[in-house]
Amino acid sequence: MDFAGAFAWDNVVFILKGLLVTLEVALISIVLSFVIGCILAIVQYAKIPVLSHIVATWVEIIRNLPLLLLIMFTYIALPDIGIKLDPFVSTVVALTVFESAMLAEIVRGGLRSIEKGQIEAARSSGLTYVQTLWHIVLPQALRSMVPPTVSQFISLLKDTSLATAIALPELVHNMSIVKSQNVNYTLPAFLLATMLYLIVNFALSIVSRRLELRRA
Amino acid sequence: MIDFSILTKYSDFYMKGLGNVIEACLIAMAGSFVLGTIIAVFRIAPMRWLNAIGALYVEVIRNIPLLMVVYGFYLLPPVFGMSAVDGFKSGTLGLIVYTASYIAEAVRAGILAVPKGQTEAARASGLTYIQTMRYIVLPQAIRIVIPPIGNQFLNIVKNSAILGVIAGFDLMYYADKISSDTFQYFSPYLFVALLYLVLTIPISFGVKYLERKFSKAR
Repeated sequence: MDFAGAFAWDNVVFILKGLLVTLEVALISIVLSFVIGCILAIVQYAKIPVLSHIVATWVEIIRNLPLLLLIMFTYIALPDIGIKLDPFVSTVVALTVFESAMLAEIVRGGLRSIEKGQIEAARSSGLTYVQTLWHIVLPQALRSMVPPTVSQFISLLKDTSLATAIALPELVHNMSIVKSQNVNYTLPAFLLATMLYLIVNFALSIVSRRLELRRA
Repeated sequence: MIDFSILTKYSDFYMKGLGNVIEACLIAMAGSFVLGTIIAVFRIAPMRWLNAIGALYVEVIRNIPLLMVVYGFYLLPPVFGMSAVDGFKSGTLGLIVYTASYIAEAVRAGILAVPKGQTEAARASGLTYIQTMRYIVLPQAIRIVIPPIGNQFLNIVKNSAILGVIAGFDLMYYADKISSDTFQYFSPYLFVALLYLVLTIPISFGVKYLERKFSKAR
């Protein structure tokens, strides 16, 4: 084991750059997933004929597929039908497709937790259906969704590691490169990457717990 | 666009991959259930140092990617002078260790949901702590935790795709093999997706059924 060699400045910077890509991919994906997840959930909630069923089936199919398969599919199978994406975009697309389906379920749970009486009261006081959704249902549902969304973000951040399979230069990928320089670098590089994941995710779980406490 | 001849031509690859996925998943389900229950009992046992071990395990494993856990079994043994572990075994071990941390949390929540008075009554009537757990608390906790554990089993099936990253001879591995054989990517991976759905959709419906059944019972 060669900690001094493995933790040479260049190696550490290289691994940290990997962390940066991980965070970047995770942040872009969670924002996109949240917006799309909300849309998917509202379409399901609004019970629009045909469309709601299509969305429900889509969500069910995506939720039951391995994320790694979606990433591989976006990167190496889509070019067969003429869609070529680089590793970064492929990862964001695959993560967004997967996480938006996961978040759709969370949002749907949040929407359903709003009592029917409130909707009836809003409708009978003259609000349209869309107004009721926008002013009454969504604000309350969103508040109850913050903690599960943060924990979904943690799992999304962990899931970006799968993009190493398509050579996205994220944390695990860069760790693997440092490790392959020298057999004695394996353990130090492994430990450093693990510590970085732990630090970021611990910080996020503390945020999530704070948010939960504030609600209670 | 979709080349169905691949399905017949490479059916033995798909079957082998599917068989290995099922084998890895069954081992991982059994292993993570046992390990997860042990960790859960650690976390609530009346011994401080056991609580600490349990909490450390859950907090660490839940906050690192499954891939790192799998790499731990795949890359590290040779570093410590042990013989290398193959892709299938390290993938399955990784699944066990990773999923156990989630199952531990589910089981712990289930155990805590059993009223404390029952534990006290059992202890007062002379049962030891282990007997109380075995005969009073765990049988009731199991009912509460079956739906979340079912969800974790579903995750095991989906997460098992990670075996493909470390040459674990699963469906993802064979998809890659078929692709490099046929120079086609769309169809081989599409069929793999369908095979995964054949495995996951029944589990998913089963879990939903159990959730409904147990929420009605309470």
